[in-house]
Amino acid sequence: MSRDSRIGVRFVDAGESCLVVELGDRIDVALNLQVRALCLAVERAGLAGVQEAVPTYRSLAIYYDPLRIGRGALKENIDALLCLTLDQVELRSRVVEIPTVYGGAYGPDLEFVVRHTGLPQDEVIRLHTEPLYHVYMLGFTGGFPYLGGLSERLSVPRFHTPRLKVPAGSVGIAGTQTGVYPLESPGGWRIIGRTSLCLFDPSRQIPTPILPGDKVRFVQIPQRESQGPATSPRH
Amino acid sequence: MDALEVVRPGLLTTVQDLGRIGCQKYGVPASGAMDQAALRAANLLIGNEEGAAGLEATGEGPALRALADSVVAIVGPDMEALIDGRPVESGAATKIRSGQILELGRARRGLRAYLAVAGGIDVPLMLGSRSTCLPAGFGGFHGRTLRRGDILAVGAVETRLVGIKGRRLPQGWLGRLGEALTLRVTIGPQDDRFTPEGIRTFLTGTYRLMPEMDRMGVRLQGPPILHRSGADVISDSIPLGAIQVPADGQPIILLADRQTTGGYAKIAVVLREDVYRLAQVTPGQVVRFRQMTVEEAQASLRRYEGRFQALRQTWQSEGEHPNYILQHKGRSYRVGVEGGEGTYRVSVQEQAGRKPQVGDEV
Repeated sequence: MSRDSRIGVRFVDAGESCLVVELGDRIDVALNLQVRALCLAVERAGLAGVQEAVPTYRSLAIYYDPLRIGRGALKENIDALLCLTLDQVELRSRVVEIPTVYGGAYGPDLEFVVRHTGLPQDEVIRLHTEPLYHVYMLGFTGGFPYLGGLSERLSVPRFHTPRLKVPAGSVGIAGTQTGVYPLESPGGWRIIGRTSLCLFDPSRQIPTPILPGDKVRFVQIPQRESQGPATSPRH
Repeated sequence: MDALEVVRPGLLTTVQDLGRIGCQKYGVPASGAMDQAALRAANLLIGNEEGAAGLEATGEGPALRALADSVVAIVGPDMEALIDGRPVESGAATKIRSGQILELGRARRGLRAYLAVAGGIDVPLMLGSRSTCLPAGFGGFHGRTLRRGDILAVGAVETRLVGIKGRRLPQGWLGRLGEALTLRVTIGPQDDRFTPEGIRTFLTGTYRLMPEMDRMGVRLQGPPILHRSGADVISDSIPLGAIQVPADGQPIILLADRQTTGGYAKIAVVLREDVYRLAQVTPGQVVRFRQMTVEEAQASLRRYEGRFQALRQTWQSEGEHPNYILQHKGRSYRVGVEGGEGTYRVSVQEQAGRKPQVGDEV
C-alpha cells in the first residue's frame, strides 16, 4: 500500500489484477462525483490492458491484465488522470423518475412504517417522493442502485429475518437507505411500494436505466393508472 | 446448427465461457467457468477459440445425444465418460457421431468437468458473454441450468478439423485436482481492518470448506480471524477470489457468480490460477493460505499463461500443417505436408528418440 502525495488518495492492490484507487473514506456526494469523474476518464483513456473500472461509494476498482500493462505504468497513468479530473468534476447528472404505487399489496410494509414513525401515510409518501436521491453506485446482482438522501424521519429497522422472495420492482427502505429491487430476490428492507419501471434488462447494451452519478426521484402514481407493476424483469 | 439434446441434465450443468467483462459497474456479476483453465484447455484441444462457450458439469455430469457428427473434449475431474457405453478418454479430442449418446458420470476426484464442442455452444451473447448468470437468471441457455429435452446449438466450425485427431493434454497438465490445497493469496485490500494476530491466524490456520458452496462463493470454517474494530467497510468492488470476513471471523471466498459489491472487510485475494483449482475441491476438504507479494503473483500468472501459449503453439502448428510419422529402419521421421490444390510441400525431420504413439497419423 502506498500513500499518494495527494491528500486522501490511496492506491491499494486487490489481487494480482485489480488496483483500487481510494479517494477518501466516507460516504459523500462530492467524493462520489470525483470517483465517477475518474471512472469516465479511465474509460475514455482506453489504456491498453485495462479491462474495466468499477465505481463505488469512495473508490474506483481498476481491473487490468498485468501481462499487458505493468502495475507501475498503470499507477502513473491513473495519477495523470487524477490531476485532470479531481478539479473538473462534472456536476450535471440525469434525473430518472421512478413511477411508484405506494401501499396496498404493492407496499405491504407501508403500515409498519406509519406505525413505527408515527407519521400519517401521506406524510411518509411525501417524505419519500420529495428528495432527489443521488445514485452512489450500482451493485449486488443485476443493477441494484445504492441511493443516498433518505429523510432521517423515515428511518426504520430492517427485518431480522429477510423475506425469501421480494418481487422485482419493489421499493424499500431500511436505516438511512432506500432502493429498488431490480430482480426478484430475498430481501430484508421494508417494502413500501412498487414500480413498473424495468430496472434490469440484460438484452440491452446498457442493462440499467439508472447509472452511477444519476439522480433519482420517486413519483407517486395511483394504482389504476399504472400498467401493473413488473413481477419479473423483461428479458 | 442443433448439435446436442439433453437426455439427462446432471446435477448442475450450465453454459459458460470466460465471463462478462465490463458490466460490473452495472451491478452485473462476472460469471464464467469456475475452472477457466479446464475450459480453455478443452477448447484448445478441438481447435476452438479458448473463450468459446462450453458446458460446465458439477459433481455428476449430463447425458447428451449428438444430433450431428462433431468433435468434443472433456477436461476436468476424474469423471467416467462414455459414448454409447464405451469409455472415452478425458483430456483428448474425441469424435462423436450423430445419434450417439455421450454420458458423463460422477466426479471421483475433482468437482467440475468441462465439455467443449467444435464450434462452441451457440447461445445468444448477452452483455458480451454466453455465460449463464444464475443469480440474475439470464445468459447461457435461458438463464438457467440445463434440463431434460433442451436442445443446444453449436457455432460454425471455422478451423478445419485437421490434425486434431489424437490430440491430448500432456499428462498431469491440469495438476492434481480436488486435493487438499494451499491457496496462494495477496494480502489486502482491507488487511488494515484486522489485528496482526488475526492475519497470523488466517495465514497459519487450516480452514474447512463448508457445504454452503456454490458458484457465488464458498464458506470456510476454522480459527476465527479477529478484526480490529468491526467487519464492516464502505461497500466496494469484489474481485474474483476475494476473501471477506464477516463479524463471526469465518472467511468466505467469492467466486464466479459473486455479487459485484459488498461491505465486509476483505483480508486477501486468492490468485486467479488457484481460484480455478479451488473450483475442483469438494466440501469437507481443508485449505490453507500462503502469502505472496503482488509481484510474485503476477510472475506466477505469467507462467500460467505461458503454459497455454505452449499448448497453442504446439497444436496450432499441427493444425496448420498436419504431421505424419514415418518409420523407416527403426527410426522415426516427422513428415509435414503443406499447401494444396495440386502443389504440396513435404518436409521430413528426424524425430530423435521418439517412439510412435497411438493417435499419430501414420
